Amino acid sequence: MSAVAARDAVPTDLERARRRRRLVRSLLVIGCVGYVAVLLLLPLIGIIRTALEPGVGIVRETLTLPEVRHAFYLTGIITVITVVVTTVFGLIVAWVLVRQRFHGRAVMNALVDLPFALSPVTVGLACVLLFGANGWFNEFFAARGIQIIFAVPAMVLVTIFICVPFTIRELVPVLEEIGLDEEDASRTLGASLWQTFFKVTLPNIRWALGYGVALTTARAIGEIGAVLIVSGLIKGKTETATIFIFTAIEERQTAEAFVVALVLAAISIVLLVLLEAFRRRSEKGRGHTT
Amino acid sequence: MMASVAQRLRYRDTSSRGSPPRTAAVARHLALRGAAILYLGLIVVLPVLAVIREGFAGGLAALREALAIPYAWDAIRLTLITSILAAVINAVMGTALAYVLVRFRFPGRRVLSSVVDLPLAIPTLVTGLMLVSLYGPNGAIGGWLAERGIQVVFTKFAVLLALLVVTLPLVVRQVMPVLQELDPAEEEAASTLGANAWTSFRRVVLPAVRPAVVGGTLLTFARCLGEFGSVVLISGNLPGKTLTAPVFIFQLANQFRPAEAAAVATLLFALAFVLVLVTARLTRRREDA
Repeated sequence: MSAVAARDAVPTDLERARRRRRLVRSLLVIGCVGYVAVLLLLPLIGIIRTALEPGVGIVRETLTLPEVRHAFYLTGIITVITVVVTTVFGLIVAWVLVRQRFHGRAVMNALVDLPFALSPVTVGLACVLLFGANGWFNEFFAARGIQIIFAVPAMVLVTIFICVPFTIRELVPVLEEIGLDEEDASRTLGASLWQTFFKVTLPNIRWALGYGVALTTARAIGEIGAVLIVSGLIKGKTETATIFIFTAIEERQTAEAFVVALVLAAISIVLLVLLEAFRRRSEKGRGHTT
Repeated sequence: MMASVAQRLRYRDTSSRGSPPRTAAVARHLALRGAAILYLGLIVVLPVLAVIREGFAGGLAALREALAIPYAWDAIRLTLITSILAAVINAVMGTALAYVLVRFRFPGRRVLSSVVDLPLAIPTLVTGLMLVSLYGPNGAIGGWLAERGIQVVFTKFAVLLALLVVTLPLVVRQVMPVLQELDPAEEEAASTLGANAWTSFRRVVLPAVRPAVVGGTLLTFARCLGEFGSVVLISGNLPGKTLTAPVFIFQLANQFRPAEAAAVATLLFALAFVLVLVTARLTRRREDA
């Protein structure tokens, strides 16, 4: 009799603990989902609703405006140049950081992270101090008739500054992990440096590189603070897509601003899908090597 | 024996006939290193030097002048307080989110994981507009709150809200890989030994993820200090009330007062630097102990 009673008592205790654990789990999940919904999901739905409030036709109307087209064109140019420069030099810097030992390597490593610590607004300001009136290099470029500040070159420069760390921070851990063996083998077997890079190194790092490039693209498209300061806000000339939104809101052309924002949001969701795919591939690839 | 001889032979082989290729390799290494140094020097170092030089142009007097600019200290204080709050809140919520995403299986987990990353991809200005469209007086939630006399946009709370959104993924992405490596068996062992859920989390999970949490929190804090795009539309930029330091720096630069802008930027950077240094020192000491 007493044995049966004990058997009955133990499961209820366990059951109670299990039920409490399940409750804690559910509350945690609900809390987290609620947090993300309030911060991101609902606002995303909000912007879609607000942008399409005047009817779907507003999208076509806005996208045919010449200033909107020019703004997207300029954003495209700045993004392409930024991606090319940060990818080429990012590969070089990452390779030097991983494969070479020299004095000042720690300094170089820290410099790569410096743009994370600096406000984009400060970066724009720095560009004004370097190339603006009374700037360090103002005379040099003015004498040659090259306009840097309040023009596209300065906008490209600040965007590159802000995007420097992304590719490098993705590449360094992967390069460290794959080591030298395969590259050495390829070189001993007589492959040239280029062949080794394209046939051995690149396939190993491609997903991490893809992730870095997608991150850089997203950041270059979305940059506002730095670009705004160095653009000089010249209508129809130095207006990127984000600057168009900024000025349109200031001038109460909110409908157009919301449509451009919606298009940018759609682009970033595509980039997000790419990012997730690259990350998963990169993690899987690393899982195989270890 | 054989191996060592072969090794020695091979070594001698390359060194005897490999002299020209070796110098070529060294030259190539130096060229690449030079390119890396040139790139970082021109793109990163030069602009930073420009700001610091301009900010300290008059020595420490410049910093005192920066504080004397009307509303400068208000802006810096607001930015520091909201950044610290955002960093602390997202440290907690980010760790919870990472734990939920790694340990639990529930419908919509993949979607949640992707949505958390959205701020990495979406322009900050668009994030600001998203918040305005929902919490603004014409938005679904903002309108409902406005009827009850609660205003969200153009308040200090709006600044915090924007910062929380843009920095949401930072702690999550730092903590998730660490949790994935951590064996759930350890937690199970703790709970079989009678620890409740909170104790096993505190004693087993937290020590393992602490460096990642600290790193992510510092990243969040740094990002908040400089945040411009998401804040500028939703805060209203009322001087002395909701004007943050980055927006203030932007306004000064836009009014062709770069020297004052540089002074405020330097002051903000110096304060942030000290804060980060202190935090890093404190956490390191605790880990040594």
